[in-house]
Amino acid sequence: MNPARFSRRSVLGLMGGAAALPLLRTPFVGSALAQASTLTIAYNVNLPTFDGTVGASAVNPTIQSFYQAIFDPYIAQNADLSFKPGLLTKWGWNEDRTKVEMEVREGATWHNGDPVTAEDIVWSLERAGKPETGNPIQFVWSKCGNYRIDGNRITGDVLEFEPTFFKWMAFLTGYVLPKKYYESVGAAGFEAKPVGSGPYMVDEFQQDAFLRLKANPNYWGGKPAFETVVFKFIPDPTSRVAEVESGSSDIALEMSYEEFDRLKAKGFTGYATPISDIAMIFINDVGPMLDKNVRLAANYSIDKKAIVDRLLRGYGVPIDTLEAPGYAAYDPSIKIPYDPELAKKLLADSGYSPENPVRFTIQTTRGFKPKDYEMIQAIVGMWRNVGIDATIEVYEIAKHYELRAADTLAPAAFYNWGNSIGDPSTSTGFAMFGPSPHSVWDGKEVFDLIAPLWGEKDEEKRIAGYRKAAKFIAEEGAVIPLLQYVQPIVARPGISLVPQASGMLLPQTVKPV
Amino acid sequence: MGKGAILRRFLLVPPTLFGVAVVVFVLLRVVPGDPIAMMIPPGASQADVDRLRALYGLDLPIFEQFIVWLKAVAVGDFGTSISRRQEVIVLILNRLPATLELVLVATLIAVALGAGMALIGAYFRRRAPEWGIDGAVAILLAIPDFLWGLLFILAFGVLWPVLPISGRIDPRLGAQFATGFYLVESILTGNWSVAGNLLRHAILPAVALALPLAAILTRVFKASLGEAELQDYAQIARSRGFTRGRVLLREALPNAAIATVNLAGVQLTFLIGGTVLVERIFSYEGIGNMAVDAMINRDLPLIQGLVLTFAVLFIALNLAVDLLTTWLDPRIQHG
Repeated sequence: MNPARFSRRSVLGLMGGAAALPLLRTPFVGSALAQASTLTIAYNVNLPTFDGTVGASAVNPTIQSFYQAIFDPYIAQNADLSFKPGLLTKWGWNEDRTKVEMEVREGATWHNGDPVTAEDIVWSLERAGKPETGNPIQFVWSKCGNYRIDGNRITGDVLEFEPTFFKWMAFLTGYVLPKKYYESVGAAGFEAKPVGSGPYMVDEFQQDAFLRLKANPNYWGGKPAFETVVFKFIPDPTSRVAEVESGSSDIALEMSYEEFDRLKAKGFTGYATPISDIAMIFINDVGPMLDKNVRLAANYSIDKKAIVDRLLRGYGVPIDTLEAPGYAAYDPSIKIPYDPELAKKLLADSGYSPENPVRFTIQTTRGFKPKDYEMIQAIVGMWRNVGIDATIEVYEIAKHYELRAADTLAPAAFYNWGNSIGDPSTSTGFAMFGPSPHSVWDGKEVFDLIAPLWGEKDEEKRIAGYRKAAKFIAEEGAVIPLLQYVQPIVARPGISLVPQASGMLLPQTVKPV
Repeated sequence: MGKGAILRRFLLVPPTLFGVAVVVFVLLRVVPGDPIAMMIPPGASQADVDRLRALYGLDLPIFEQFIVWLKAVAVGDFGTSISRRQEVIVLILNRLPATLELVLVATLIAVALGAGMALIGAYFRRRAPEWGIDGAVAILLAIPDFLWGLLFILAFGVLWPVLPISGRIDPRLGAQFATGFYLVESILTGNWSVAGNLLRHAILPAVALALPLAAILTRVFKASLGEAELQDYAQIARSRGFTRGRVLLREALPNAAIATVNLAGVQLTFLIGGTVLVERIFSYEGIGNMAVDAMINRDLPLIQGLVLTFAVLFIALNLAVDLLTTWLDPRIQHG
């Protein structure tokens, strides 16, 4: 047998053929672009369970987009975090804050055709308030009870005043479930065939793969623009970018800012919106952090604008308190200047200098948030210039939660903090109030400033109280606020969406243009 | 391997699984990350934290936790997933078929590719095709499966978008299945369009998984073929006038295959391990992808269930390879 031999001509021919392959660009059969009535979203997390009112996943802000598409919250939110009617059209307290009053929307229906009633609202609230149902925000829902129904009006007793009761109705676990249907099918039946009252109905769900939704033609807010919405669960950011770039998905979110800019340059529509999620450094008042000069120097020596510009390509908003712009207690007058000379002077007053630096550990995640480790590296470099020698310790986010709950974080620890209801109790309150399992600051002055605000019935006084606490915290250097994150979303040309400050991606806001 | 040896292998399975269970259980509780700390909402009190800890049985000493878990596992109860609030055994059984099908497709690709390249390399020994194959093998071995996955996404998802790069099936198909083995079921029922869609989705992750295994198979199989060609029976066949190709296929190949099957079995365990990252990259709905989520969420019951599942797969695979090798090579039976 005469075996085949490769000639130079045949090899060159093969190489030429291979080089020409990319030019063929065969369109992907069944592409999202080919089906105008279908919207496909490359989403970054999986949907663990349909009941958004119970279990650990109910407090995961990133999965609320699914719930907000299928269910209605008691009270809805505008894109800027302000509140608007949801299934409740009116809500509030009575004069002396001893009763809550609500009015239920008329004409809203469940996906199975049943009307949404005041009984559904009361049942959902009472269920959420029972510890045995496993609602993680039960501590809020249990503050009211003894509900009475009169037509579409509901009145309830305030068992313990909770100023954020109605604000939570727009966010985590604040969803109305169908009483009659849930009781007839049980928890497992509901999980298998969920029924909500939101703009989209569940058509098919494959865990870890996709969620397909159909438009609710009877939605009280009007039928959404796309007949079908497919959420593909794609946790890997590279794959999400490839999904939208190849036309397999119409929208992708949460990719690196480099990729975001690249896709925009290729003609995709980019949305970069500041969201209610901030980067911060917890200060644990132990060791060197008991020295106010060290804390203030650590604050003054960080050039946040440079971090945003150079590491995040300009996508971020430097902040000076835990109350980001748009939050109820945001106070633009609170400023933490970038002043390395002042930082040096403060450290010198405490006997430290670049030659004789104060030493401590800073903990950070690596890759949990965009450029988290790189940011801390940059900050440690800035600190070194003024006389702070910080050692970086990388930990997993799970370890952070464990250490924070046990109040054993390092003197400095990087974290991100979300607050989609924009209330100061959920940011400054829980992050800085000593007894909170989320706080590692034990200072008595901050405790005294925040403690009376938990049950404060005068809203203006409460917000003013938090502003005062935020100002004191800034003056004490009790925490290092860094920046407000900007969420990158990329959409193919031909569609538009309304980005939400809460960080949710709501398919009902997406429209063809 | 005689019947006694096979029986011994079976008897070793329970203690092996017990050892895996002990190691996993203890390791998960020693490594940083408290699942309860991850799920406490803002405003939770210490009482709330204690209540959650008790709810998931994490308030007991580790030894007691292990005994409780082991007793439950013995009757098929792997507990309830913390993050998904569903029975672990149900979650795993729902996802396992996807991984098994992916592994099957990857193995078929690896065997076909590996055997093909080995035969070509052996046939064109010391000539350009063999050098080309040796070079390709070196490249395939140097690049890990997950990196192949990323390269394929770039190549076939972005530059030349001819194949889907995520999921197991097109979400718009709305196909209904009676079992979790979608591909096998659609082939058996003659639903070719769905089978084609499933294969199109499986092809990139399967090839990414298959390439390193194919490279190893090529190297070992080619060397075995070379050795077999030098044996007396091959030389006699050649002297009787059989063509080299025929000798390679009829005489050398069956003998060379025995050694290769043994090695392929061992390497297949690495392929299964590779599903964790590759499924993640391609958003493939198997147990590998689920394992990553379980680790991120510190979902201890789910991680324990998944590790035991992987252990059972590895043990079953090794056992199957031993039995296959014994069946293929009578010398082992008699030995």
